[in-house]
Formats: sequence, C-alpha cells, structure tokens
Amino acid sequence: MGRVIGLVAYHVFKESVRDKVLYNLVLFAVLMIGASYLIGQLTAGQDVKIIKDLGLAASSVFGLFIAVFIGVGLVWKEVDRRSVYNLLVKPITRAQFIIGKFFGLALTLFVNIAVMAAALYAVLGLMLWLQPGLAKVTVEAPIMDPQLLTAFALLYVQLLVVTSVALFFSTFSGPMLSAAFTFGLYIVGHFNADLANFEAVVKSQAAGWLGKALYYILPNLAPFDVKAAVVHGQTISPGYVALTAGYGLLYAGAMVSLAILVFSRRDFK
Amino acid sequence: MDAPVARGRKGGVGALALLTTAALLLGSALALQAYREARHPLPPASGDVLYFRGGAAVSRAALGFDAILADVYWIRAIQHFGGTRRAQESDKTYKLLYPLLDLTTTLDPHFNIAYRFGALFLSEPHPAGPGRSDLALSLLERGLAADPKRWQYAQDAGFVHYWYRQDYRSAAEWYDKASRIEGAPWWLRSMAASTLAEGGDRQSSRQLWQQLYETTDDTWVKNNAQLKLGQLNALDEIDALAAMVQRFAQARGRAPADWRELVTTRWLAGIPLDPSGTPYELRPDAPGGVALSEKSSLHPLPPQFLKKAGPTT
Repeated sequence: MGRVIGLVAYHVFKESVRDKVLYNLVLFAVLMIGASYLIGQLTAGQDVKIIKDLGLAASSVFGLFIAVFIGVGLVWKEVDRRSVYNLLVKPITRAQFIIGKFFGLALTLFVNIAVMAAALYAVLGLMLWLQPGLAKVTVEAPIMDPQLLTAFALLYVQLLVVTSVALFFSTFSGPMLSAAFTFGLYIVGHFNADLANFEAVVKSQAAGWLGKALYYILPNLAPFDVKAAVVHGQTISPGYVALTAGYGLLYAGAMVSLAILVFSRRDFK
Repeated sequence: MDAPVARGRKGGVGALALLTTAALLLGSALALQAYREARHPLPPASGDVLYFRGGAAVSRAALGFDAILADVYWIRAIQHFGGTRRAQESDKTYKLLYPLLDLTTTLDPHFNIAYRFGALFLSEPHPAGPGRSDLALSLLERGLAADPKRWQYAQDAGFVHYWYRQDYRSAAEWYDKASRIEGAPWWLRSMAASTLAEGGDRQSSRQLWQQLYETTDDTWVKNNAQLKLGQLNALDEIDALAAMVQRFAQARGRAPADWRELVTTRWLAGIPLDPSGTPYELRPDAPGGVALSEKSSLHPLPPQFLKKAGPTT
C-alpha cells in the first residue's frame, strides 16, 4: 500500500517539476536578492527585519498559490484527461490514489519551503558578511535566528491544510470553482476567531451555536501565523508549535478522508 | 538530410524576423509614448495619498501579512518625512506622518523603531519636522501599552518632554518611570534626579544626548545625537567668543569689524570654526554679537539655549 502511495506521490512531484512549478524559486531568489539591496536604500536601519518579513511573506504567498492552483487540479486533471480510467483499472485503490496525490503535493511544497528557507538564510548570511555591524544592531532577534525555522514549519503545516481543502474540492468540482472555494476558506480561516465569540454579538442562541459550530468546522488558520512574533524575537513555546501543528495535521487528515469518501462514491462509467 | 537543415535555416530566419518586428514595434511604442509625454504631460502623481486610515481595519484585511504591510507603511513614513523635510516649499505640513506611523504600529504593535524614530520625527520643530511632540508622546504611550517592558519608550517620552517641550518635571517623571521598569539601566535614576534639579542646563542636556549616543545602535539616532552634541558645543563656543568680543569692545571702544582683526591683534589664533568646520559670524544684530552661520550643518541652534548669550556692549 505504501509503495503505491509513494509512486503516485513521486509522479505528482515529477509532474510539478515538469510543469516548471519550481521556477518560482528562481523568482523568490531574485526577489530576495533585489530586495536586500533596495531595502537598504529605502529604510532607516530596519533592513534585517524587513528582509525577514519579506522572505516569510513571499514564502507564504508562493506556497499558497502552489497549494491552491496545483491542489485544485490534482484530481480534476486526471478526470478531465480521462487518465483516471487507466489508473483505476490498475491495482490501486481510490484511497491510495487520493493519499498519493496529497503526499505528492506535500513533497513539492516541502521542497519549495525548504529551498526558500535556505535562500532566506543565505541572503541574511550575505548581509551579515557584508555588514558585520548588523549583528549588534538587530537586538530583538539574531540575524541568523534558528526560530525562523519555526515560522517556516508552521507555514508548511498551514499549506498542508490548504492543500487538503483544495484536494477535497478537486474531487467533485472544476478548477475555477475549487480555487474560489479554497481561497474563500483561506480568507475565512483568518477571521475564524470571530465566530467563536459570535454569541456575544447576536441575540439568537441558535445563531450563537451555529457560529460556534462553524468555528470548529472551518479551518482556523490564524494560529499558524507566527511570522511577526518570530521576527521580533518573541519566544514561541514548543507546546504551542506542537499543538498547532497537531491540529493542522489532523484537520488535513480529515479533509483527505472526506476527499477519499467523495472520490470513492464517484461513478466513472 | 538536406530538408531538415533547410527547414532549420528557414525557422531561424523566421525567428529573427519576428524578433526584429517585435523590437521595431516596441521601439515605436516607446518613441510614441515619449512624444505624447512631451506634448501632453500628465499631472504628476501625488505622493500625499493615504488610501487607508483605520489601522485596525487594514490589520484585519491583511490575512496574516500584517508585518510586511507594516514595513510598507514604515518605508512610506520615512519617505514622507525625508521628502517633506528636503522639499523647498515653505509650508511643510508633514500631514501624513502621524497617520502613517499610526498604521505602521497598529499593523505591527511591536515595531520598536517605528515608535522610537517616529517620536523623534514628530517632535522635530518646524520646518525640520511637524513639531507635534503631543503626538510623539501618544505614540510612545501606545508603544509602552503594547510592550510594557520596553523602558526605552519611557526614556524617549522623558526625552521628548525635556528637549522639545522643556517640561522638566514631566521629563523627570518619565525618567523615573523608565528606571522602575525591569532591566532599565542604572543611570536613568540619576537622570531623573538631575533633570529635576538642573532642567534646561546645557551640561545636563549634553549628558542626555551623550547617553543616547552611547546606548543606541542606530545610525540615524546616533547622527542626530552627534548633531545635537555639536550644537551644544557650538553654543558654549559662541558664549566664549561673545565674551571675548565684549572684552575687545571694552578695550578698543568699538566692536571688531571682522575675525581677522582679532587674529592680527592676537586675540584669536585663527578664524573660529564651529564643530562642523564652518566659520562663526560676527553679527551686531545677534545676541552677544556672535552667531552660527546659516550655512552650517548645525543651523538652527536649539532656541531654548540661545537666550543664554548676552548682548554686546
């Protein structure tokens, strides 16, 4: 079972490489190098903070676009090209197919995030090498702060949640609608905390319960965002990281299960 | 075998023709644009536009990208301050400075430098700044509310009271408040005492700027502290020169015509230069008869200390 999932995942990764998805890394590198020069001309001694903010924000945006635009096509493309018929006659279950697709995109995202993290550290290292005095100036957090990895790790888990949502929509909807739904849930996921206290602003108890139910059902993406805290050198406890990552992985698992459920019931005759 | 070669050559020629066409069309478009700009110039885009004013609303809409948005507004604040300061117009309002700083710090409440620089930018008297020390204080108080352990904000508030408002009692209160915050340096306590006892005194002001110069890592703050220390030194030198000019006038029954007269009569070893290297000016209309040149990078001197110079007799 694991071998089949691995094969499907490997082919998803290979296809993303063939589709030149990893080219975004070149764009990221150019953006970071260009910004590290330009920012120094525009700001009054906040270069390191801004480069860190920019690096994390760019990783987040690039990752989000990959997760959504590739995620929504993962199943739909196979159905549209009718290659799904050839696949499903082989000794591969629909669950293996969906799980393999998910892990394939997860691998693509992992490579992306890992290279972006390495590129950000490289740019920061270069800045430190060119201006050794910066080490003294950035008192809030060290330039080569290992805590940046915490932000990248939580960002990765957040992208896994987005991928699972996109994959779920991809099992029963076209790419345009799936992308719209996924982006919609991404936005809602950042406002989710408001739903938890919905009962305080409405009179109806039923509406309050509905708000509470939606709060638990919809993905809560805001806790994954520790970019600002990390850049300001605030400590993110291992407990917080573990609980947030655990929530994300469980939520992604639930969405993949739902995707399997929907895909298993689809009739391809 | 010849057919593919011929096809390849043909393809190469076709590509070259397309590239040439594209280059020609692009060149023509650029020329046309340049001609249109010369004949019908568009009004210059105004930089003084703030699309959003409610920091909280922008923060909600940022979807986790608050920090990078805060950086954008911070860069805009610096550009607005620097651009207005350098502008030739006489009516410098710096009208966007506080809204931009407000947006920056609402989006990123821990943006340390935005509070500290922002307070200095806002406090600078007109025309070097908007002269809004009240807004500077409210910005620092917000910073302290977001991060109560940052004694530097309380120190800066004391500084704004001391230097820009000449309110030495409030300055001492803020230094005292800063000294009580965990991790604050020991000298803040003595600063509170000396501010209350010798407020407005040049020596205590010098001590204050010296502390700021030595404790900051930031180039802008360091340069600003260096400038203020230079101004304080210039004030002392002007006092000494004014006393000399007064003695000369008493001895000769008239004020010296220029510095050379004092040099040739060995009252001075050379033309006196201010700390920036610009010669001081002998001006009968100036208090004490000696003034800082308007060409000096130290000009204008802090007004609260200028009254110390005595009139020429």
